[in-house]
Amino acid sequence: MRIWPIYKKELRLYFTSPVAYVILTIFLLIAGYFFFSIFSFFTRASMQAAMNPQMGRDLNVTDAVLRPLFANVSVILLLLMPLVTMRLFAEERRSGTIELLLTYPVRDGAVLAGKYLAALTMYGVMVAGTLAYPAMLVSFARVEWGPLLTGYLGLLLMGAMFLAVGLFASSLTENQVVAAIVTFGVLLMFWIIGWTAEFAGGPLGAVLTHLSILDHNDTFAKGVLDTKDIIYYVNFTVLALFLALRSLEARRWSG
Amino acid sequence: MIEVQNLTKNYGPVTAIRDVTFNVAPGEIVGFLGPNGAGKSTTMRILACFMPASGGTARVAGFDVFRESMEVRRRIGYLPESVPLYGDMRVAPYLDFVAEVKGVPRSARKKRVAEVMDRCLIADVQNRLIRNLSKGYRQRVGLAQAIVSDPHVLILDEPTIGLDPRQIAEIRSLIKSLGGEHTVILSTHILPEVSMLCSGVVIINRGGIVAQGPIDRLVEQFFPTARVEVEIVAPPAVVRESMQGIPGVVRVEGLTLTDGAGRFVVESARGRDVRGEIFQLAAQQKWRLLELRQVGMTLEEVFIRIVAGEESEGAAPAASAREAGVEEAAR
Repeated sequence: MRIWPIYKKELRLYFTSPVAYVILTIFLLIAGYFFFSIFSFFTRASMQAAMNPQMGRDLNVTDAVLRPLFANVSVILLLLMPLVTMRLFAEERRSGTIELLLTYPVRDGAVLAGKYLAALTMYGVMVAGTLAYPAMLVSFARVEWGPLLTGYLGLLLMGAMFLAVGLFASSLTENQVVAAIVTFGVLLMFWIIGWTAEFAGGPLGAVLTHLSILDHNDTFAKGVLDTKDIIYYVNFTVLALFLALRSLEARRWSG
Repeated sequence: MIEVQNLTKNYGPVTAIRDVTFNVAPGEIVGFLGPNGAGKSTTMRILACFMPASGGTARVAGFDVFRESMEVRRRIGYLPESVPLYGDMRVAPYLDFVAEVKGVPRSARKKRVAEVMDRCLIADVQNRLIRNLSKGYRQRVGLAQAIVSDPHVLILDEPTIGLDPRQIAEIRSLIKSLGGEHTVILSTHILPEVSMLCSGVVIINRGGIVAQGPIDRLVEQFFPTARVEVEIVAPPAVVRESMQGIPGVVRVEGLTLTDGAGRFVVESARGRDVRGEIFQLAAQQKWRLLELRQVGMTLEEVFIRIVAGEESEGAAPAASAREAGVEEAAR
C-alpha cells in the first residue's frame, strides 16, 4: 500500500496553497472569540457567586466553560469542515489529474487513505490550535482533566466523521462548491434529525435520536464515555469512507 | 508488448470504438492516427487502465489491462492529452512524488528525478510552481512524469500538441531516443511527425481500425504506382500519347493543359523509373522540358485517401470501408 506518498502530497497541497492558513485562521479566530465570551461570562458569574455563595454552588469550569465551548466549536466545524475536504477529489477530477493518479500503481484504497489521513492531520492541527484555551484556563481556574480529555476525544471522533462524509461528497463531483454544499447538507441534516424524535415517538423516535449528531456530541463534553457514542461516530466514518471507495471504484467497473 | 483484440467501448448509446485490433512489438514506436473524435484517446485510456472496455481484451506487457491492472500500471508511463499536473506543486517535488508512487526505491529516486529532468530539459525550472510554467514546459514535465519510473511501455496522447516548432523538435528527438528500450504508442494528427518518429502506424477512423502496418508498406498498398510529374511545352494530346507508349507507364493524367503546353502526372509500375525515357522522348521530339520530378507519396496522402474514402461512403461500417480501400489499392 503506497499511502505515504499520497499523504505527503496532499499535506503539501494543503499547506502550499492558502486554503489551510485561511481555514486555520478563521477557525481559531472564531473559536477564540467564543472562548473569550464564554470565559468572560464565567468570570462575571464567579464574581457574583463570590458575593452570594448560594448561587455558586453548581458553578464549575466543565459545565460553565468547556461544555459550551465544545458545543460552539462543533458548530464552527459543521460550517468549516466541508471546506477542508471539498478539494480532495473534486479538484483532481476537474483538473484531470485523477486520470494520472488512478493509472499509477496504487490501489484506490491507498489513494483514499492517503487523502483521508492528510485531511485528518489538517484537522488535528486545527484542534491542536484550540488547546491554547484550556491551557489559559488552567492558570485561572481548576480544570477537570477527565471531561477535558473526553471532550477532545469527542471532537476528534466527530471531526473524523465530518471528514469522511466530506471525502465521499468530494468523490462524487468535479465541482468543489457542490462537494462542500452536499457535505454541509448531509451533516446539518444529521445534526438536526433528532428534533423530530419527540413527535415521532416510539421506536422511530429512538432511531432518530440515535442518528442525530447533536445527541452524541454533548455526552463527551460532559465527561461521559459511552460506547454507543463512540460506535456511532466510528460507524458513520467507516460507512462514509466505504461509500467513497465504492464511488472511486465505480469508474473501473462501468464498462 | 501491446496486444489489443476486438476492443469496444460504449459511452451509453454512443459507440466510441468498435472491434479495435492491433499489436505493437517490443521496442517499436507506433503512431496512432485518426481525425478528431476517432477514438484515439478512448483506446489509450483503456490501455492505461483508466477505464474499462465494454468488450474485447487488451494486454500490455503480457498483462490484461482489466484483470491485472496493477501489473500493467507498474509497467506503463502515461501522458493524457490534457497534460493534467498539480499546479500548486513545484516541478522537482512533483516528479519525486510520481517516482515514489510508481515505486522507484528511495535510494535511487533523487538521482532518477535529476536524470529525467535533464533528459526532458526541465532542470532549469525545477523549483518553479507548475501552474506558472509555459505550455511547452508543462508538456515536458508531463513527459518526465511518464518516463520517471523507466516503464516498459509509454502511452502518449498527443505529446506535441500546442508547442512551438522548436519545442516540437525537442520533444520529438526525446521520444525518438526513447524507442528501442521502451515501447511507445503515441497518438497525433500531425502526420509528418509520424513519418519522422514511428516505424509503424495504426489508423483509426470513426471508432474502427482502417489500416495498420509499417509506413512504407501502407504507402505501397494505397499507392501501388510510382509517380512522376512532367511539364512540357508541346501540344498536350501528342505528348500524352507518346508518353503512354513508354513501356511500364500505366496512366498519364493531365493536370493543367493549354494549347501549347501541359503538366502531367505519369504513373508507372512501382520500382520502374521512367524519367530517363521521358527525357529522351522530349529530346527526340525537340520539346522543351520545363520540369521533371518524382513525386513521393506520403503518409499524409494515404491518410487523406483512407479518411476521405470513408467519408464518401457515408455511414458505412469500418470493415466495408477497409475492403473498399483494398479494392482501390488493387486497381
